[in-house]
Amino acid sequence: MAMATAPTSVRAPARWQDFLQLLKPRVMSLVVFTALTGLVCAPEHLNPILGAVAILCIAVGAGASGALNMWYDADIDAAMRRTRGRPVPAGRVQGADALALGIVLSLLSVMLMGVGVNWFAAGLLAFTIVFYAVVYTMWLKRWTAQNIVIGGLAGALPPVIGWAAATGTAPLNAWLLCAIIFMWTPPHFWALSLYTSEDYAKAGVPMMPVVKGAKSTRAQILVYSLLLIPVCVAPAFTGLGGAAYLGVSSLGGLVFLLLAWRLFRSHAGEAADPRNDDGLYDVRAGARDARNLFAFSILYLALMFATLLGEHLAGLKPLEFL
Amino acid sequence: MSDPNLEGEDFRRARRGRNIAIAVGLAVFVILVYVVTIVNMGSDVLHRPL
Repeated sequence: MAMATAPTSVRAPARWQDFLQLLKPRVMSLVVFTALTGLVCAPEHLNPILGAVAILCIAVGAGASGALNMWYDADIDAAMRRTRGRPVPAGRVQGADALALGIVLSLLSVMLMGVGVNWFAAGLLAFTIVFYAVVYTMWLKRWTAQNIVIGGLAGALPPVIGWAAATGTAPLNAWLLCAIIFMWTPPHFWALSLYTSEDYAKAGVPMMPVVKGAKSTRAQILVYSLLLIPVCVAPAFTGLGGAAYLGVSSLGGLVFLLLAWRLFRSHAGEAADPRNDDGLYDVRAGARDARNLFAFSILYLALMFATLLGEHLAGLKPLEFL
Repeated sequence: MSDPNLEGEDFRRARRGRNIAIAVGLAVFVILVYVVTIVNMGSDVLHRPL
């Protein structure tokens, strides 16, 4: 097992904010959003207090897996510009403390979900934490270029956990929400990695552009985008999404495909100059198309889930095609 | 165990902040367990045999 060789000396006293940073608050906010959508879209309604507790458990569970990831990946994080300021590689928090925080919060979140909501949702939450921290972080990330494809399941499960918290079950529509995020993850992350591949190469992470090259990555982004759009539109035909969702998912999907096509035709990822030490999100020659798809992918996912959430909160009826 | 070489005003302030955060976290957890227990019992708690 490739063990993290994190700096062990602490240069400055750790503040509580450093421990909060270990929980990846930005990722947590996305997880909360998608889990809430799953919980609200479920046909049965959970007591609002228990619903809030379920969302809190999912958020804390996600944060715990983030802390475990930062403990194990301290060596990778230290080698990359985007992550070298994180608490462990920066020396503000010891690796053992990050590990302890991750384990304690994992146990508390799963136990509270089980005792307070239901054990099926708690089991799914435990599986998600283990899948992200062990299967993705310790195994896939350093081993295969398919790391974010398979590992994307961990980020895709929160709406299923939210649904399971409300109903104790996980039917097809819950897995459809999961499938949307799962299929969205590869084009999203590969678009980002096209203009950060030097960082990944330096850290020894086998991201797709590092292993297969930029041209192959752009082609795979296009293929995944073609597969993604039907999955995104599908909820409008399964009694989950309404007219607004159909409009957002299909029109947004067309824009997504257009951007993926432009990226495919571009030279993004090929013209990176290793002497160029621009900021991470600065646009290098040829990388503008990659940045455009990356930015739009976030907007597209957010709009689809916000529309589903809005339709169900407003009590709008889903479309009836079947 | 704290390193005496690091003991200073910044260190003490950071440690105090961490301790308060842990205390708040534990208190929130205890309250949450209490609340979800009450919510799950619901009104049935009034209909138990005495």
